[in-house]
Amino acid sequence: MSRPAANLPPASLRPDLALIAGHVAPGSRVLDVGCGDGALLQALRDERGCNVHGMEIDPANVAECVEKGLSVIQGDADKDLAFYPDDAFDYAILSQTLQTTMRPDKVMEELLRIGRRAFVSFPNFAHWRVRLSLLWRGQMPVTRLLPVAWYETPNIHHLTVADFRAFVTQRGIRVEDAWYLSGDRLRGTSVANFRAEHAIFLLSR
Amino acid sequence: MATAATIAASQVLELAEPLPLDCGQRLEGVRVAYEAYGTLSPERDNVVLIAHATTGDQHVASPHPITGKPGWWDRMVGPGKPIDTDRFYVLCANVLGGCMGSTGPGSLAPDGRPYAMRFPVITVRDMVRAQVALLEALGIERLYCVVGGSMGGMQALSLVANWPHLPERVLVIAATATMPAQNIAFQEVGRQAVMADPNWQEGNYYGTGKSPDSGLAVARMAAHITYLSEASLTEKFGRRLQDRASKTFGFDADFQVESYLRHQGASFINRFDANSYLYITRAMSYFDLAEEHGGRLADAFARTDARFCVVSFDTDWLYPTELSRKLVHALNAAAAPVSFVELSAPFGHDSFLLDVPALDRVVAGFLSR
Repeated sequence: MSRPAANLPPASLRPDLALIAGHVAPGSRVLDVGCGDGALLQALRDERGCNVHGMEIDPANVAECVEKGLSVIQGDADKDLAFYPDDAFDYAILSQTLQTTMRPDKVMEELLRIGRRAFVSFPNFAHWRVRLSLLWRGQMPVTRLLPVAWYETPNIHHLTVADFRAFVTQRGIRVEDAWYLSGDRLRGTSVANFRAEHAIFLLSR
Repeated sequence: MATAATIAASQVLELAEPLPLDCGQRLEGVRVAYEAYGTLSPERDNVVLIAHATTGDQHVASPHPITGKPGWWDRMVGPGKPIDTDRFYVLCANVLGGCMGSTGPGSLAPDGRPYAMRFPVITVRDMVRAQVALLEALGIERLYCVVGGSMGGMQALSLVANWPHLPERVLVIAATATMPAQNIAFQEVGRQAVMADPNWQEGNYYGTGKSPDSGLAVARMAAHITYLSEASLTEKFGRRLQDRASKTFGFDADFQVESYLRHQGASFINRFDANSYLYITRAMSYFDLAEEHGGRLADAFARTDARFCVVSFDTDWLYPTELSRKLVHALNAAAAPVSFVELSAPFGHDSFLLDVPALDRVVAGFLSR
């Protein structure tokens, strides 16, 4: 089943970010962990009236965010989430960052401690192109979403949609909603682990 | 030492009320010397207060009246610059305890003689009290931003912690919320150098024709090293010799770095009062914003709605990034809107004063909206 993408707003945003932006309640308090150049935060602030905060590891990106008037701290998801109080945010967002962390399980714990809800998006390592690459060529895949060779990729904890579903079930984390993207098109839940390049989960404790 | 004639360049406000101090005393007849740039808007909503560092002064963007050198933050403050005086009304006051026109140990006490060591020991918060009194006298009730590097950053933090509704933005560069032991140690070396100079005369050198120039110069030389980085010293001087082909087997300034430090010391004594140096470094070593708030730094920021921006430099070993990080974590814990960035710059602690384009962008960006 494929749902319409009516909720996808700003065309300038990366599809997964646009989808997240479309599902954050207006006026919320939001932390985007690994916020990059702040595109999502800017959209949430300017279009949804959110109170937005970011964390980003690259100082050049942080400087760009400050120039946009965003509150972004240079920090590391693995270490610096510990300093936020419980329930500090309505939403904690981790887009395309989970697979780059040292301990994704601890980061997830922190995310759901400081945010009442969390958006988590990641590239699906079980997408058919990835599977084909491994199956036929016997090599780590280099695809549109995983464009960097194994030796220099920041992605150190690859995971699949099925892995993530198992993880949240095991940890008793509630899945409030989930979206699966291939390019900018939504894919159905049942075929997601095979056909989705990207998965986006909305979680709560 | 500065003379009254040269100082007349700045505007001076005499406070109508005695200034209450952390030590319990009240200081009568406090004068605050300040410089102003730009135009105050009719709504009085465009005021940027800049707090200066240990040996800085109010001449942030105008030539220094003694040295004739450009203002210490000339590159940052002016028309079209990151702190744009076409948009902002920029104020900078000489700190209490200073020697550029504000009341300090070199000022005359009510008995007509210089305070010298009778001047009360002041704190960073006392320095801020004097500046808040200046703002009140000028009819300014809100600050668009309070900005400071090093000790200026500490004043900015003290201001928002104690007058939480005064600033809308707080920009803290290369500073700390709590003075660490290593910095207290360096400051003690500087003070001991001054006090070991026989010309110090227990502080009563005013009018004697002798002042502790050697001691103050040594203090400055030692402090100056802490403002630089190993990399910048190596690049600027290395082991190069000063105007000579070989070592002299003597104790002249054989090395360029020695000559440079001697010059730094010698030029400093022309513009700074030794007792001011003692009092100001004392105030810094007492600075502990967490202690002022029951040991919990986050509580210092519980009552403010201000937005914060904290900047550190990767080669600053005097106020290393870890100190800024501690501050940021406390701001996070207080749920304050905060930006933090560690910039890469080769100049050590002095990076905040020097050519670091990334800092310009962050400052301009933070002030832009």
